[in-house]
Amino acid sequence: MDYFLELFIGGLTRGSIYALIALGYTMVYGIIELINFAHGEIYMIGAFTALIVATILTMSGMSGVSVLVLAFLVAVLYSSCYGFTVEKIAYKPLRGASRLSPLISAIGMSIFLQNYVMLAQTSDFLPFPNLLPELPFMEPYAHIMGSTEFIIVTTTAVVMILLTILIKFTKIGKAMRATAQDRNMAMLVGVNVNRVISTTFIIGSALAAVGGVLIASHIGRINFYIGFIAGIKAFTAAVLGGIGSIPGAVLGSLILGWTESFATGYVSSDYEDVFAFALLVLILIFRPSGLLGRSTTQKV
Amino acid sequence: MKRLAELRESLVIALWFMFLTFPILVIQVNTIEKTIIWRWQNLLYVGIGSFALSFVWRYFIGKAAAGGRASGERAEEKTSILQRITADSRFSRSAILLTALIALAFPFLSSTYQVNIMTTALMYVVLGLGLNIVVGQAGLLHLGYVAFYAVGAYTYALLYQHFGIGFWTALPLGALMAMVFGLLLGFPVLRLRGDYLAIVTLGFGEITRIVLENWSEFSSGPSGISEIPRPGFFNLAMDLEESTIYLYFLMVGFVLFTIFVTNRLQNSRIGRAWLALREDEVACEAMGVNKTVAKMTAFALGSTWAGMMGVVFAAKTTFVNPASFTFLESAMILSIVVLGGMGSTLGVILASFLLILLPEYLRAFSDYRMLLFGTIMVVMMIFRPQGIITNIRRTYEYHFERKQNGAPDASV
Repeated sequence: MDYFLELFIGGLTRGSIYALIALGYTMVYGIIELINFAHGEIYMIGAFTALIVATILTMSGMSGVSVLVLAFLVAVLYSSCYGFTVEKIAYKPLRGASRLSPLISAIGMSIFLQNYVMLAQTSDFLPFPNLLPELPFMEPYAHIMGSTEFIIVTTTAVVMILLTILIKFTKIGKAMRATAQDRNMAMLVGVNVNRVISTTFIIGSALAAVGGVLIASHIGRINFYIGFIAGIKAFTAAVLGGIGSIPGAVLGSLILGWTESFATGYVSSDYEDVFAFALLVLILIFRPSGLLGRSTTQKV
Repeated sequence: MKRLAELRESLVIALWFMFLTFPILVIQVNTIEKTIIWRWQNLLYVGIGSFALSFVWRYFIGKAAAGGRASGERAEEKTSILQRITADSRFSRSAILLTALIALAFPFLSSTYQVNIMTTALMYVVLGLGLNIVVGQAGLLHLGYVAFYAVGAYTYALLYQHFGIGFWTALPLGALMAMVFGLLLGFPVLRLRGDYLAIVTLGFGEITRIVLENWSEFSSGPSGISEIPRPGFFNLAMDLEESTIYLYFLMVGFVLFTIFVTNRLQNSRIGRAWLALREDEVACEAMGVNKTVAKMTAFALGSTWAGMMGVVFAAKTTFVNPASFTFLESAMILSIVVLGGMGSTLGVILASFLLILLPEYLRAFSDYRMLLFGTIMVVMMIFRPQGIITNIRRTYEYHFERKQNGAPDASV
């Protein structure tokens, strides 16, 4: 039973991280119908920035929570800036181009950012300090759920609630929903669509950065390639839940997290990444619109 | 006034990029030895570079916008000059003759090393043309092309290892295996929209590599399979140099064969169906084209070529391991297609020579190779989505559109 619970919590933790990244995919897709391939790289850049900031701060004698908070803030800031810039360079000139063009541009951006980090930093794995504090009240449950896992799950839950409030109850949230529904109509009623798209990219990138810092502290090492696989998996989660749907992305991520956790726990750990893709192909065959997605008919 | 505003804008852009690249480019931490390296000079390069590039960028964006707005007369003339050169029989005949002479004489004029590089470039020509069927002609974004390449390579390697089967028998078998895999993957996903296809093929490419790495009993894992024989020629004993030259001529033959087939395909019934599919799926279906069959054919044919090249790759390097089949390889082939112009045969050939030979001869830049490929994909999509050499048929279509509301065009 303990083993089952451990796997369950492991899956929940994984799922939370996937959800943070998947939200960026799903929000961008909901608004401009583009798979933002560079999203995984934004997450990776967030983790790298946090590592750099944390190392500098630790070496200059700071410690504890202040390092964590500062590293978090800087990582979120930089990831958002990168997301914003990527959109401006690679996607904005291509609005209205054929469907294939922004996709190829997105892949190009992803390859560029990966190699930029690799050349500027290193191609080796870097150890990432565990920034998350040990919580004393989690001590008795440590064999099932460590405090790192607890922090990841709680942070994700809080971020999700904040995001829901932002989308449901604020003016920019309303504008985002309007743009997702019908971009031209939103433009006609006075929504600044370009600004909405930029905001979406910024929010998505900030979420990815949060996920990046959390998972890097949890796993303890990063390299330039982590964004690639994480990105594909988060995308799988977004498709599983129904791309474009925000609760769908969270649900899909949790299901994916559990699938991977149980499959590696009970079947084999060598094929960890294969399960996610197999799941993706299965969903696409049987329910292409995802669990919570609406199936849309293409109109002429 | 306008100049001043532009100058100010470029300055802002330069400052923005200096801010953006600051942590990654300037600071390098070593977490083990606890040292920090500050590389301030990079900040300067980024500042100057982005300041200059912003002018270039603005110029081209303005030009692209102006080109879209103008009546199109000028653009038409420009493409037709390029077309006229490629279509002029006097010019093209002498160019083909010259290329043939160079291709024939090349291995006898240069070293084995050079011939080897050229063979690699020719392999990428074939791979590019194969992917061009899928991406360029049918408009399906295929990101796992390298998986089929791997299937071909491993087919030969394993068949040789277990049954001692030679190159010439393995060649059609490898192609067949790749085709079967293509159909297996294509069957579930090709009914879906293009973006899903991209991600599923990407996933498939990664799965193939992971399986090859982990399933040691089947594929010998990461250490790979070695001592695969080079292609033979009627049991003739050849030394290394001779077999390199032989492989080179074999590749020249492959390239010619591929060019022939893709050209014939382009003008065939199925080729026109692909074109229609690429331009508008719904309209294409309405015209009675079986969408799934057309997509499957493109997918299977593209995979066949990858499989064939996989066999050649295994024979050329005499060694295969999963590390040769990463996503970067797929990305490289894709950028060849993108740079060359989707659907354009000549463009793809030129692009593969450019992208394979350039990093090979400019050794200093070989680290920046992938950076270059990524940049090419973004820049080409923004400024010249039709590639360095526009497909003739595509411009012909434009022609047709414009003549429509005027006098009826004789050529239609």
